[in-house]
Amino acid sequence: MADIQKRLSELAAAVDNPKERLEYYLGQGKKVVGCFPAYTPEELVHASGMIPMGLWGAQTEWKEVKRYLPAFACPIMQSNLELGLRGAYKGLSAVIIPTLCDTFRCVSQDWRFAVEDIPMIPVTHPQNNANEGSTDFLVSEYESVLNKLSVITGMRMTDAALEETIEIYNEHSRLMQEFAQTANDHLDVITPAIRHIVMKSAQFYEKAEHSEIMKDIIEELKNMPKHNFTGKKVILSGITAEPTEILDILAEYKIAVVGDDLVQESHQYRVLIPEKGGSAVRRLALQWKNRKGCSLVHEDFKSRGEMLVELAKANEAAGAVYCQMKFCDPEEYDYPICARTLRAAGIQVLQLDIDQQKGSFEQARTRIQTFAEML
Amino acid sequence: MSENNKATEQAAPAKPKRPKPKSMIMLNEQTAALAENTRKAKEKGEKIGWSTSIFPQEIPEALGLYIQYPENVGAGIAARKQADPYLQTAEGPLEYNNDICSYAKINLAYAEAMNEGGTLVMPDFLLVANNICNQVTKWFENLSKTLNIPLFMIDTCYNSEDYVTESRVKYIRSQLDQCIKDLCEFTGKEWDEKRFIEVMDISAKNKELWIRANELLANEPAPMNGFELFNYMSTMVCNRGKASTTEILTQLNNEIDEHLKNGTSTYPVEQQYRIFWDGIACWPYLGHNLRTLKQYGINMVGSGYVKAWALDYESNDLDGMAKAYSYCPANNNNMSTFIKRRADAIKQFNCDGVIFHINRACKVMDCQQLEAHRRISEITGVPYVGFDGDQADYRNFSEAQFETRIQGLVEVMKARKEAQNNG
Repeated sequence: MADIQKRLSELAAAVDNPKERLEYYLGQGKKVVGCFPAYTPEELVHASGMIPMGLWGAQTEWKEVKRYLPAFACPIMQSNLELGLRGAYKGLSAVIIPTLCDTFRCVSQDWRFAVEDIPMIPVTHPQNNANEGSTDFLVSEYESVLNKLSVITGMRMTDAALEETIEIYNEHSRLMQEFAQTANDHLDVITPAIRHIVMKSAQFYEKAEHSEIMKDIIEELKNMPKHNFTGKKVILSGITAEPTEILDILAEYKIAVVGDDLVQESHQYRVLIPEKGGSAVRRLALQWKNRKGCSLVHEDFKSRGEMLVELAKANEAAGAVYCQMKFCDPEEYDYPICARTLRAAGIQVLQLDIDQQKGSFEQARTRIQTFAEML
Repeated sequence: MSENNKATEQAAPAKPKRPKPKSMIMLNEQTAALAENTRKAKEKGEKIGWSTSIFPQEIPEALGLYIQYPENVGAGIAARKQADPYLQTAEGPLEYNNDICSYAKINLAYAEAMNEGGTLVMPDFLLVANNICNQVTKWFENLSKTLNIPLFMIDTCYNSEDYVTESRVKYIRSQLDQCIKDLCEFTGKEWDEKRFIEVMDISAKNKELWIRANELLANEPAPMNGFELFNYMSTMVCNRGKASTTEILTQLNNEIDEHLKNGTSTYPVEQQYRIFWDGIACWPYLGHNLRTLKQYGINMVGSGYVKAWALDYESNDLDGMAKAYSYCPANNNNMSTFIKRRADAIKQFNCDGVIFHINRACKVMDCQQLEAHRRISEITGVPYVGFDGDQADYRNFSEAQFETRIQGLVEVMKARKEAQNNG
């Protein structure tokens, strides 16, 4: 138990203070590139010999950003831009911003004009994945990202380096999937908040390093006797399930998280980079083609609702919490479709507003309490 | 007799309405014909489509398909102040968030629960181009799922660079080819290359006529009330590849030419200020907006709609068409392209000020607007003001705020003009 607690504490510290992780890598003489959510090709950064670090907002007061964004823009984008404007990301060699939604499109440009000392590298993912040409297009976008990264490093990434990175990332993804399954036998140790911390923490580590930590955690969990959890089980869906106070309320009402469909968490790990398919860059592009069930990925006859039912059933969850990021329109469009599909399958649904900013959690508490009674 | 009746009797007789120009009568006939022809086609068993507003309509038009445009219908419902029950249904039983696009809310409610007797005929397939925004993709995905009908997509890829990259052209071109194939297969129609070229030629002609009509407002004083051009947009949205649109726009151009020749204008009062309007019209309050501007003699001479369909490509050049559909819509382009286009237009139309609509329904327009307008004003020296509104949700607009903001803009425009006059 001592070791697992130590490992979990390390991860919690990283999630609590990503700045310290940034300074740690800078102190090692590494270059760090900030990766905006979501599906940013961080493997290209890794294979270029730099550290990709996730930028997922923060609990911070919005002041400077009000000159750029209206109040009804995504809270993560508000915080990221605010921190950029305030100089909190000093040390990053660049940021990569995908243009997966309307707010992303604009924020990539606001950053470009407003945060002049940290270059912005854009990437556009194709949305018509059914079309044959979509992978060629994404390969070309990734090559454009690589060109911009090479300006920072002064050298070109090699195919061999990306092959190696892909192995590291696939191993890491397998470990994260294994953790998610193993955690369900230990819901006494892996509370909703701890599960979230583990899943999120990989954003702030070089992945091989994180894999080592994960191996320890998984091994320790497997050495422990299985816990007979008598509370209620749910799955989470959305962009993120933050802040952790929300997750603590779930635990308070004896609700465990047994699976997630969160962009910040399992979406990062659930689709492996294919073993075959051509050059390393092409294989990376093919990973995108295999993604589905996400509000940021266009898919014919969206399957997210059905995927949620499957996830809930496979993990014996009686309910699904739809973590609705405030002002996130892609998620708002998916909600009615997902909710109907889940309810039709007899799974209870709670739509919970998610805003990273500190505030009162009393409304969330009341809603979770009622939900717990319904489960 | 009640007091109210007395007041009515004593009031001045209502001002006679200006007779509708012939072009407007033609436009109304065209709108009615599209609805009626689509209804009849559906009855005959033809497959009907719904489309986003800047989809490569040349393809369905060449196939002789009947296509309707929910954005246009949403704007009409909002302008007639009939949006409320749709908004309530979308946000109530259908569980859509208040935050999403108001055109989408109106249409999703229509499609799922309120289409009885409506002008939109229920579709058999959907056409989506995401060059106007990403929300249309999400909106049409939901239509596809709930109505269980196929969606044919042209992903136009956001332009982070100041130009359309070759990789984009290649990918979009491949989708155009695929779309032709898929639509033929789904509808059973035969592809006719000759007809396709004909439609491209008609569309190019209509584009030129539309731009010409708009650019005539660069004359001083402007020969037309700029808000009236909002009404003609529907012909470009819904019938851009049709010969009937050529007739309407030719007539409109002739009417404007006539005003120029006679030194007259449809703007009802003396034009004191010329402004550029950035963003979608605030349809539920169009009358109020116009009245407020009119009080100060402000005419909207330029808007983003002037070049909204400036799809420049050579006839039968599908690579060119691919590029045009990615590059034309402002929302699909980076901020430097946006700034340049707006600054050029403000100079071209010799505007005294800019009004930008912080449209609650449209994040792609709002989330870079503040920085863009600071930069545009630096380039042009022209003052600007923003107001909070919504293209179709009447709840997101304050008449008082609009009036105050316009008043503020007028003060700055006035001071600037005086300074210019005084050298």
